[in-house]
Amino acid sequence: MSEPTTHSTHAILDTLFHNTTRLFAFLVFALLLGIMLTLTVASLPALSKFGFHFFTSDTWNPVTVEFGALVPIFGTISTALIAMFIGVPVSFGIALFITELCPAWLKRPLGIAIELLAGIPSIIYGMWGLFVFAPWFADNLEPWINDHMGTLPMVGGLFQGPPMGIGMLTAGFILAIMVIPFIASVMRDVFEIVPSLLKESAYGLGSTTWEVVWNVVLPYTKVGVVGGIMLGLGRALGETMAVTFVIGNAHDLSMSLLMPGNTISSALANEFTEAVGDVYTSSLITLGMLLFVITFIVLALAKLLLIQLATKEGKVS
Amino acid sequence: MSTIDENRYLRRRILNAFNLTLAFATVAFALFFLAWILWTLLVNGIGHVNLGTFTQMTPPPGSKGGLLNAIVGSLYMVGMATLIGTPVGVMAGTYLAEFGRAGWLAPTTRFINDILLSAPSIVIGLFVYELVVHRMGHFSGWAGALALALIVLPVVVRTTENMLQLVPNSLREAASALGAPQWKVVVMVSYRAAKAGMLTGILLAVARISGETAPLLFTSLNNQFWSNDLNGPMSSLAVIIFQFAMSPYEDWHHLAWSGALLITLFVLGMNILARSIFHKGSHE
Repeated sequence: MSEPTTHSTHAILDTLFHNTTRLFAFLVFALLLGIMLTLTVASLPALSKFGFHFFTSDTWNPVTVEFGALVPIFGTISTALIAMFIGVPVSFGIALFITELCPAWLKRPLGIAIELLAGIPSIIYGMWGLFVFAPWFADNLEPWINDHMGTLPMVGGLFQGPPMGIGMLTAGFILAIMVIPFIASVMRDVFEIVPSLLKESAYGLGSTTWEVVWNVVLPYTKVGVVGGIMLGLGRALGETMAVTFVIGNAHDLSMSLLMPGNTISSALANEFTEAVGDVYTSSLITLGMLLFVITFIVLALAKLLLIQLATKEGKVS
Repeated sequence: MSTIDENRYLRRRILNAFNLTLAFATVAFALFFLAWILWTLLVNGIGHVNLGTFTQMTPPPGSKGGLLNAIVGSLYMVGMATLIGTPVGVMAGTYLAEFGRAGWLAPTTRFINDILLSAPSIVIGLFVYELVVHRMGHFSGWAGALALALIVLPVVVRTTENMLQLVPNSLREAASALGAPQWKVVVMVSYRAAKAGMLTGILLAVARISGETAPLLFTSLNNQFWSNDLNGPMSSLAVIIFQFAMSPYEDWHHLAWSGALLITLFVLGMNILARSIFHKGSHE
């Protein structure tokens, strides 16, 4: 009787296979918990020494062992916001062009070209930024920004400073180029799910292409578009190497975007291997944990919005 | 038709033309930067890539040398990371696509995996530092490989799941109807049908980690000399580029540019290869 034996062997193999794959799926889940837990434990020395004051203090002094996270937090958020300010409209334009205007034969090569932009390693952006873009920016754009935008009421202070090339504006600009492919690709995907019936109805009523995009496509996909923007924001907040090259690494709080600053990730990249003493290391790890928590929240929101759009799409079709 | 209507129509058409021109301009903007970056790499890198780049060690400032130890270190760590990350990712992806229809684990893991996909890589470096380097007391190539493996993992999970979900259920049902046990259905039918797509995912993951610098900074550190010992600090192309580019020495800059050119060619080559495999696979 070989038949039952094979059968039960297969039953055992089935259970084994099923459970092995489940174990590995659980491993992904455990990875997140592991990261959270490890970083929390490692950040305890700093948190117990400085308490909540750590997040509001702008001191960063390895000599007196006084650390505060305000400058890197400020830098991280402002560079990411600059990136969004430039990156979102550009991504929208690219997605609009690819979905509505582009001839069919150009779609694929154009899509690949934009994705190559995402494929370039961030260290390359950093090198290009430091050696090519920053000098060009300092010579050509920053004097103009100083003269014209620096004199504006209210926001003028943001744009006054020495034209050095490196600084928060440069970092934000390079971040913008880096997140464009991610945002554009999500926007393109969600634009493509708009039923042609809706768009054609609008065209049939005499709408122009822009009116179709602005009044039909965008309202239909707004949840997904916001999801894509959040995804880009998550990327911009956590980007390390490109920013480290051009931000200037100064632990000073400055109103001007032309001044050097620091982000959480660039502080880590620059200082972590040189940090001496438990409190210094632990302070840097606390920064890392904070970055992880912020990006986790932003990315989770992005994901939830995209899931919401996908379920809505499921109901419609 | 009254003149007011015609004015309004004209305004709408002008707005339309203006905005569509802007959309075209944004595409030109993105392509301009792509071209600028690639051009910079080519101009600065190509003159300094020669045989010595591949046969000599990284030099102290002021003397001649190449990138051999960095290239080898990168190959070691990227290779190890792929070997560690791929099976885990494929298995987890298989669970999500084939078994995860019921229960909390699959949706939760899928959600977390998508977040890990975009999580800051420097935090992965910190995690591995605490987990491995801090405990072992020294930096090591293994720690670097592990950090990279954690970046490979979500990419492979995601593509494996997506590709398996594209396999028509009728194929699985046909195999089950013939009496094949489920593990055989997955391995012999689903994997075979999704082969091209899964390979694409692995290649994209390799492309992604080849240029990763941030997770290596505190794990494998760097090594000025030849080393094929994964237990000690190990050099990598990405970290060498960072170190050399930030230095004040002209000849180190040249090496950094050649390294940057090599790494970009490799990464973009992998990307294009992955895409063409996928394209071919989906047309079969």
